[in-house]
Amino acid sequence: MLFDQIAMNKRRTIYLIIAFILLLALIGMAVGYAFFRSAMIGFILALGIGLIYAVIMINQSINVVMQMNHGHEIKNKDDAPQLFDIVSDMALVARIPMPRIFIIDDDSPNAFATGNDPKHSAVAVTSGLLSILNREELEGVIGHEVSHIRNYDIRLSTIGIALSSAISLIIDIGYNSFFWGGSRDRDNNDDDNILAMIGSILVIILGPLATAIAQMALSRNREYLADASGVELTRNPMGLINALKKISKGEPMHDVNPDSADLYIDDPYKGKSKFSFTELFDTHPSIEKRINRLEKM
Amino acid sequence: MITIIVIAIIAIIIITWIVIYNRLVRASTYVDESWSQIDVQLKRRNDLIPNLISTTKGYANYEQSTLTKVTQLRQQLVSMDDNGDRNQMMHVSDQLSNTLKSIFAVSENYPELKANNQFQQLMEELSNTENKIAYSRQLYNSSVASFNMKIKTFPANLIAGHHHFIKRDYLEVPSNEKQTPHVNFDEFNQK
Repeated sequence: MLFDQIAMNKRRTIYLIIAFILLLALIGMAVGYAFFRSAMIGFILALGIGLIYAVIMINQSINVVMQMNHGHEIKNKDDAPQLFDIVSDMALVARIPMPRIFIIDDDSPNAFATGNDPKHSAVAVTSGLLSILNREELEGVIGHEVSHIRNYDIRLSTIGIALSSAISLIIDIGYNSFFWGGSRDRDNNDDDNILAMIGSILVIILGPLATAIAQMALSRNREYLADASGVELTRNPMGLINALKKISKGEPMHDVNPDSADLYIDDPYKGKSKFSFTELFDTHPSIEKRINRLEKM
Repeated sequence: MITIIVIAIIAIIIITWIVIYNRLVRASTYVDESWSQIDVQLKRRNDLIPNLISTTKGYANYEQSTLTKVTQLRQQLVSMDDNGDRNQMMHVSDQLSNTLKSIFAVSENYPELKANNQFQQLMEELSNTENKIAYSRQLYNSSVASFNMKIKTFPANLIAGHHHFIKRDYLEVPSNEKQTPHVNFDEFNQK
């Protein structure tokens, strides 16, 4: 059951990444066609920018993300002995090197993992989380986060952030060149290509929406997978179940950076985000659904 | 033409052999590595116990008989050969874990001791060690499981047989820990 779920989620994740890259290429081609009359320029531009963003994020992700979320690093075990011990327990059983540990001063209980690979990784928890969870529950949460690291979810989300930023940059470039000059023969022979033009504009409008949906679906699947493999580490589903119950009752976080919101173990807006009107747009599966799946294990 | 095919087949066999051999070595290293994790924690606990004894000493007749038992079991564990029977070592270790657990449980009745900073620190250290022992043991058994499966399946079994990889034994899980393998002294911490 557990292994089936992990295998299925891994397959889905691959499909979603491919969809993401195709979308980036498609939007690039549409922008290229609409504003430069050359799909090829757009295609090369999109993949080039996507690649550069991905490389930058992979090298700097921990520092960038921790700064976005106001996390401060715990270097000394004495500053948070229990957290430190639990992270080292989970790293031991997951066979990964010890991740860096960060604490975010916020009363809302939440946690996330980030980085590039198990050798360059970090977990962050809020001070609120530390104060309301007992050891068993904290172990469940850290097990979940360490699974994100071990499963390379952290690299996926890092690339996800990079690619969606790349898509918005390309669309910006397109708009700017449209308003400030752009291709000189824009007014000529429009008739033969009017359909292609409309298609391009549609892609440009709908593309970002599709990006958002893809990123959110990606994130939801990862949460289920991390719940499953986190429990595989702790062998104690109750710890995570109780922790999720407590976390879901918490207040929204004060100061969330929207780009990194889907890294957290639970939606940091607690359903108060602008995107929560349908399930399609939720970055996180509902706590009830997650507990349901955990109880079935 | 035939020579080329023969050479290609031999090359494929050799490469497969090397790849599988390396996999088996890695799987067997995982087993030994997880044992050394357990060993490190057992030694660490042995180092912590004298501190526990001296911290509780000030509290007159605090569980004298239990403390003596702890000292004895620790002594027994220290004297055991590192390369001896792993299951026997774990058996003594489990007895020690249970005795320690009861020491912490009784600390409820000694509010002064419970409030002692050093005692609290020791509790965190010891429960951390206990958890790490439990986790390393879980890791050990899963490493053994995957190693044993690898040497049984074809074609790895041929290579395993030739290089004398033999089936490893699991560490027995004590019956009272089968439900949840982890010690949680935390309940005492929080009260």
